[in-house]
Amino acid sequence: MRTSGAPLLTVEDLRVTFPTRTGEVQAVRGVSFSLGKERLGIVGESGSGKSQTGRAIMGLTPSHAKITARKLAFGGHDLLTMRKAERRGLRGRQVAMILQDPKYSLNPVMTIGRQIVETLKTHEKVSTSEAKQRALAMLEAVQIRDPQRVFDLYPHEVSGGMGQRAMIAMMLVCGPDLLIADEPTSALDVTVQLEVLGILDKLVSERGMGLIFISHDLRLVSSFCDRVLVMYAGRIVEELPSADLANAQHPYTRGLLNCLPTIGSDRHPLPVLDRKPEWAL
Amino acid sequence: MTSALSIRDMVVTYDEFKALNRVNLDVGQGESFGIVGESGSGKSTLLRAVAGLASFEEGTLTVNGRAYSGRSRDKQFYRTVQMVFQDPYGSLHPRQTVDRLLLEPLVIHGFTDVEPRITRALDEVGLGAGFRFRYSHQLSGGQRQRIAIARALILEPKILLLDEPTSALDASIQAEILNLLEQARRDRNLTFVMVSHDLGVISHMCERLAVMKGGEVVETVPAKALEKREFSADYTRQLLVASEGFRRG
Ligand SMILES: Nc1ncnc2c1ncn2[C@@H]1O[C@H](COP(=O)(O)OP(=O)(O)OP(=O)(O)O)[C@@H](O)[C@H]1O
Ligand SMILES: Nc1ncnc2c1ncn2[C@@H]1O[C@H](COP(=O)(O)OP(=O)(O)OP(=O)(O)O)[C@@H](O)[C@H]1O
Ligand SMILES: [Mg+2]
Ligand SMILES: [Mg+2]
Repeated sequence: MRTSGAPLLTVEDLRVTFPTRTGEVQAVRGVSFSLGKERLGIVGESGSGKSQTGRAIMGLTPSHAKITARKLAFGGHDLLTMRKAERRGLRGRQVAMILQDPKYSLNPVMTIGRQIVETLKTHEKVSTSEAKQRALAMLEAVQIRDPQRVFDLYPHEVSGGMGQRAMIAMMLVCGPDLLIADEPTSALDVTVQLEVLGILDKLVSERGMGLIFISHDLRLVSSFCDRVLVMYAGRIVEELPSADLANAQHPYTRGLLNCLPTIGSDRHPLPVLDRKPEWAL
Repeated sequence: MTSALSIRDMVVTYDEFKALNRVNLDVGQGESFGIVGESGSGKSTLLRAVAGLASFEEGTLTVNGRAYSGRSRDKQFYRTVQMVFQDPYGSLHPRQTVDRLLLEPLVIHGFTDVEPRITRALDEVGLGAGFRFRYSHQLSGGQRQRIAIARALILEPKILLLDEPTSALDASIQAEILNLLEQARRDRNLTFVMVSHDLGVISHMCERLAVMKGGEVVETVPAKALEKREFSADYTRQLLVASEGFRRG
């Protein structure tokens, strides 16, 4: 499902480079894509540049790294020339990112509920009691069984999956137009995972949100997203409509699909990837 | 079948909240046993209570014939049982070298032949001697998980408790780690208790599995039952349907 009209997000020739003692690390090497009101998946192995692509769009690249692009635009905004304060205003309210590790993105000394309330209050004029109501409703929406109890817990007092959902609730409470979800469901069991995806799905279809879904779970991505970008060593090596994932051409994509254990298939040891140097060219 | 691990009516509470509510479990010697269940159902709490990282107020725990209670575990316990956590970033101290990380358990348990043991441990998890003096923050997620496994294996335990050992890793690294764990299990005749939310992983690695919900074990079935869909708990069915991917509806 491609949407008509101007894209929500345009990325052209994005590059992210880190200077290190042993030379430059090119984390992202010329990534281009555009996004409408759709679900775009980004898959690829660890270190392939998925998170750094998302962070560059958000303006969350570490300050010592160098970012270049021919174009990086969100709605009518040129993100490359935008002032820092403006960019901050955009973040949280119009564009939001669910970070990969909820443990590092939640404040350890503040209760979960308080963090969601504070987020809401920084971006909207709401009373504390209304903010609390909306925070509880959001916790319920992400399928937290006992929102009242979890509201008052600190991050170390909740399970891995609950922390991840708290993070999702915090990012969704302001209703962003673009959401970048970086491995948002990797700590969730499959049934809750599907419920959370259902919420994201509704936001795309009913509210017209654009969604970038970063994951290493190919099966999940192909069943959920409209199209998929496959990244390897900082580049997009293949772009596919999700339905065609099984017919992927690139040996890397095919290798990734082949090494998943499945119910009923008896393959011991599992096949592993034989990485070819030419994939990284 | 003699039990490697036997749990009777185990209860763990946090304040008023019952995280484990009378859990019973028997894992045989040399068996690979899976635990699945929804988020917050108590899977990690169960492994932590066995390892002595969480205290259980009621019930009994027997490991290789020895009884343990509360949080106290003797040295013998850690020679028998080791745990590998989900998060390859959080579970190893970032400012320690691989060498230190592997040396520490050996020193605590009074081993003197540390050199050959460290070399062998690194070799076993497929990391060369070149990794020995790296800091753990200089390793990739998959490499860290290998070190965490090497550290668990270095004391030659009989039982490994694995809490989502591959869920933070991508498919290709996951396959490598699962192969490594299977090899180690074969070579050393290990018993596994493995938590995962991926039924594909559980069915690949385990002979039996328990399904948890709300702090209780609702069902224990052979892994083959997943293939034939022979199970009774509704939740198991939901898990199976969910593992087939997202359905718009
Ligand atoms: N601060 C940094 N300094 C140097 N290199 C970095 C830094 N941050 C990231 N990198 C490198 O950038 C590359 C891309 O990292 P990124 O986090 O985008 O990977 P990813 O695809 O999200 O992987 P994962 O699936 O493990 O999350 C990696 O090689 C990584 O080592
Ligand atoms: N230190 C703590 N204080 C209060 N409650 C806790 C604490 N640790 C765990 N709990 C609660 O115990 C329950 C079970 O948590 P546990 O971590 O065992 O879940 P899990 O099955 O491993 O979930 P996940 O799949 O999300 O990792 C959760 O409701 C959690 O909030
Ligand atoms: Mg990442
Ligand atoms: Mg857990």
